Amino acid sequence: MRCIINGEMIDLPAHIRTVAQLLQHFRIHEKIAIVEVNANIIMKEKYEHTAIADGDRIEIVHFVGGG
Amino acid sequence: MDRYSRQQLFAPIGERGQQSIREKHVLLIGAGALGAANAETLVRAGIGKITIVDRDYVEWSNLQRQQLYTEEDAAKRLPKAIAASVHLRAINSDVVVEPIVADADARLIEHIVGRHRPDVIIDSTDNFDVRMIINDVSQKYDVPWIYGACVGSYGLSYVVIPNETPCLRCLLEDVPFGVATCDTAGIISPVVHMVVAHQTAEALKICVHAQVNRKLVSFDTWHGQYHMIDVHKLKKDDCPSCGPKRTYPALQYENETKFAVLCGRETVQIRPAHRGEREWTTLLSFLTKRGIQVEQNDYLFSFTVNSHRFVVFSDGRVLIHGTNDVQEAKRLYYQYLG
Ligand SMILES: [Zn+2]
Repeated sequence: MRCIINGEMIDLPAHIRTVAQLLQHFRIHEKIAIVEVNANIIMKEKYEHTAIADGDRIEIVHFVGGG
Repeated sequence: MDRYSRQQLFAPIGERGQQSIREKHVLLIGAGALGAANAETLVRAGIGKITIVDRDYVEWSNLQRQQLYTEEDAAKRLPKAIAASVHLRAINSDVVVEPIVADADARLIEHIVGRHRPDVIIDSTDNFDVRMIINDVSQKYDVPWIYGACVGSYGLSYVVIPNETPCLRCLLEDVPFGVATCDTAGIISPVVHMVVAHQTAEALKICVHAQVNRKLVSFDTWHGQYHMIDVHKLKKDDCPSCGPKRTYPALQYENETKFAVLCGRETVQIRPAHRGEREWTTLLSFLTKRGIQVEQNDYLFSFTVNSHRFVVFSDGRVLIHGTNDVQEAKRLYYQYLG
């Protein structure tokens, strides 16, 4: 499956079907990430049940602490 | 006044806006890279007063990106708040600059905000313990604050307006822990300036009572990414910081990260406030790259950097050997463990 993630076209392994799996794939801790799929913000409790599809535009914002 | 003529020509500010900026008080927490650049921009813009809180001193490794400081400051190991105030007064003597050399803990931030009611708090800290304190104080005293952070070439910023926008705790269910820090993942100056550009633009808008940007902004200056997310849907009715049944958890003593000197052992013990999942990948790969040996068993891992031995237990507790100084231990803790 190919998705546009943070502006870049990325090939994802076939087993990744949900937002939760996607975050796991990128090793991003769910609780500190904000995810938008096709310009819709996804509530954290729905990460596991939100499917992603070929061609989706996904934005993942993760928080950092430096400064 | 000719000094601010170009800023006044900018229609959304104008003469009235400039007057309004002159009457405003900014509280800046942290005088590192973000702090120095925020301070300089606002002082040049003619802010009325700026209070700068920082516990650290200037080091050589700061000079690459902490724009206010000079080699002389580093040679003298001047406290950042003091060095910053000297340079800022030389830049604009109209501005009242108030340095506070201290650790920005809950008591201090609450004291300053409760007493002086700044118009806006700007976050230039390097850790989430302090950000959560700022977030709670902001809600308690109804003062907006502007989050800003960066690591590597990535940065983000967000404005919290009490009673209007979701607060930081609404956006974060957990405190990012053991995430990359500038001391483990590095940092380049351009991203600092991009974060500060967003923070100071929003601060100026607050000063002239203009509508702030309510979106969470994130960007990567090296890879050319920029994105804004409308987060208003994430406001939580049961948020302990901004909801109707709020308890301000970061202001409760039992929720503070605690630093204690272990007598006679030249060791400081740290018990973190949050027991969230910890991810040490960045730290461990940083240590490996630098050839620093990491010893590990089922209960803990340990390593030595510059004569300080760090022991990290799986329950989150950390021991730093080789110091009796809580401030030094704090610095080391947030440098390496985030
Ligand atoms: Zn909240």
